[in-house]
Amino acid sequence: MSGRKIGDVILDLKNISLSFGGVKALTDISFDVREHEVRAIIGPNGAGKSSMLNVINGVYHPQEGEIIFRGQHRRDMDTHEAAEQGIARTFQNIALFKGMSVLDNIMTGRNLRMKSNLFLQALWIGPAQREELEHRKKVEEIIDFLEIQHIRKTPVGRLPYGLQKRVDLARALAMEPEVLLLDEPMAGMNVEEKQDMCRFILDVNDQFGTTIVLIEHDMGVVMDISDRVVVLDYGKKIGDGVPDEVRANPEVISAYLGASH
Amino acid sequence: MLYRENGQFKTTYQADQQIFPIAQDRWGVLLLIAFAFVGVPFLVDEYMFRAILIPFLILSLASLGVNLLVGYCGQITLGAGAFMAVGAYAGYNFLIRVPEMPVLGAILLGGATAAAVGIVFGVPSLRVRGLYLAVATLAAQFFWDWAFLRIKWFTNDSPSGNVSVSNLNVMGFEISSPLSKYIFCLSVLVVFGLAAKNMVRATIGRQWMAIRDMDVAAAVIGIRPMYAKLTAFAVSSFYVGVAGALWGFVHLGSWEPAAFSVDRSFQLLFMVIIGGLGSIMGSFFGAAFIVILPIFLNQFLPVLGALFGMEISTATVSHAEITIFGALIVFFLIVEPHGLARLWSTGKEKLRLWPFPH
Repeated sequence: MSGRKIGDVILDLKNISLSFGGVKALTDISFDVREHEVRAIIGPNGAGKSSMLNVINGVYHPQEGEIIFRGQHRRDMDTHEAAEQGIARTFQNIALFKGMSVLDNIMTGRNLRMKSNLFLQALWIGPAQREELEHRKKVEEIIDFLEIQHIRKTPVGRLPYGLQKRVDLARALAMEPEVLLLDEPMAGMNVEEKQDMCRFILDVNDQFGTTIVLIEHDMGVVMDISDRVVVLDYGKKIGDGVPDEVRANPEVISAYLGASH
Repeated sequence: MLYRENGQFKTTYQADQQIFPIAQDRWGVLLLIAFAFVGVPFLVDEYMFRAILIPFLILSLASLGVNLLVGYCGQITLGAGAFMAVGAYAGYNFLIRVPEMPVLGAILLGGATAAAVGIVFGVPSLRVRGLYLAVATLAAQFFWDWAFLRIKWFTNDSPSGNVSVSNLNVMGFEISSPLSKYIFCLSVLVVFGLAAKNMVRATIGRQWMAIRDMDVAAAVIGIRPMYAKLTAFAVSSFYVGVAGALWGFVHLGSWEPAAFSVDRSFQLLFMVIIGGLGSIMGSFFGAAFIVILPIFLNQFLPVLGALFGMEISTATVSHAEITIFGALIVFFLIVEPHGLARLWSTGKEKLRLWPFPH
């Protein structure tokens, strides 16, 4: 992690509370994310980690709190706005477009940058054709980066789990995001696949300077690759800081890491 | 398909993103179109044109439209018949009310009107999906059935909504003989078919498919569900509307609202299911199948019955038709939801390796 410099706060979440009916998913959570850092969110199942990501990219709208992204104060995010502002994400239970090829899946990530109108597309002329080629080039760079050249034309439904996760990441990267939200990118992977994924995440962070917010259960991975960690439990924040600090926090230990006897 | 794409190395993205990337496909489609224009007219008689080919072409266009909506964007519709009716009656109104209106213009404007109506009836899709959306689109069907029977202005005050169009003239060509009708419909279908193929491989097609496959992920990536769904309704209704106008103007000549009843909506949906959801080619397969099967049964069942010494009445044949359709729908939904088109591509994949097992 040579060239990267952690900058100012890019995303600041203040006093976020989210409930579904009577169920409180998040209670008064505040934390910030700095530019170019790898920020991890950990916590037991049902702690509200995925809900937190859903709040950040506007799938859920919190009842209380404020989201400040790149200096703009917001009550909540809107999914489209979040995407336009450069927030991309991957999903815990892979949410790829199953009927489409790997290439088409990744091309959807370029959708916001494609401006030609429907008629030009139907005739496949002029700007529509130029755009397709231009964005194909960019997509190929991402395919090279993630080493998935051999499966470009394969329908994603036919791929093994590990590769699907990688395509999910590729699709998010195709947006050239400022902030990348990764929801358990390594769940269900074997050691080699985890190592590959860690390498890709660190490379993305290092080469593109992308800020990464990551949910992960593998403590080894989290402590190794993240700059700062926030810990949730039952929708409340119980710890926040650099990995060593979090590891030493007694509340975190009892809630999550487990006391050593 | 005893061919492989071996040896065709793409060196540019342009070559890789052609409409038919494999050379044999490209030539195959070109030859097929050329044969349809030049070869077919020498081979078939008037009955074939009128009873099989022209209905096949027009219904292909309609099922192509339905497939864009149901197969590509995943929004179910039971109102396709209504949009055909809107296309036909709107085209008719443009033709008789606007002076000097060319026939082709009236047909396209009919399609455009259907597109606008499609957008309106597509609005429920923003809130409901699946069965509920099917019911909402069914409302379109019943509304327009009613409107064309009861609102006299639409049908130029003709009793029972019966209207007729005569002396069709497209860019100086008289469209009256079966051959000229066939060529006209074929030209429209080729243009619309290629446009559909282009749309589904462009960004709009990817947006539709993304909404179909995983709408939350699509929204997160910056696709606007409203835009994607409503364009799908608009484009689909445009295709279906143009098909409706052709059905009225060219195939029937004079028609009443019953020509576009709810049966037609179901028929179009069956075509798409049997032919293959989410496949351009499937739309053609489905239309061919549904147009040809009744005629085939009409010829074949009495002969089969005679073999066993039974007399088979026409009523039995039409009952058999419905039974067979029903059975096929069930069969395809269970065994191969992607229809004939998927069977075709599986067959092609097997033949790539044939005669080797791996």
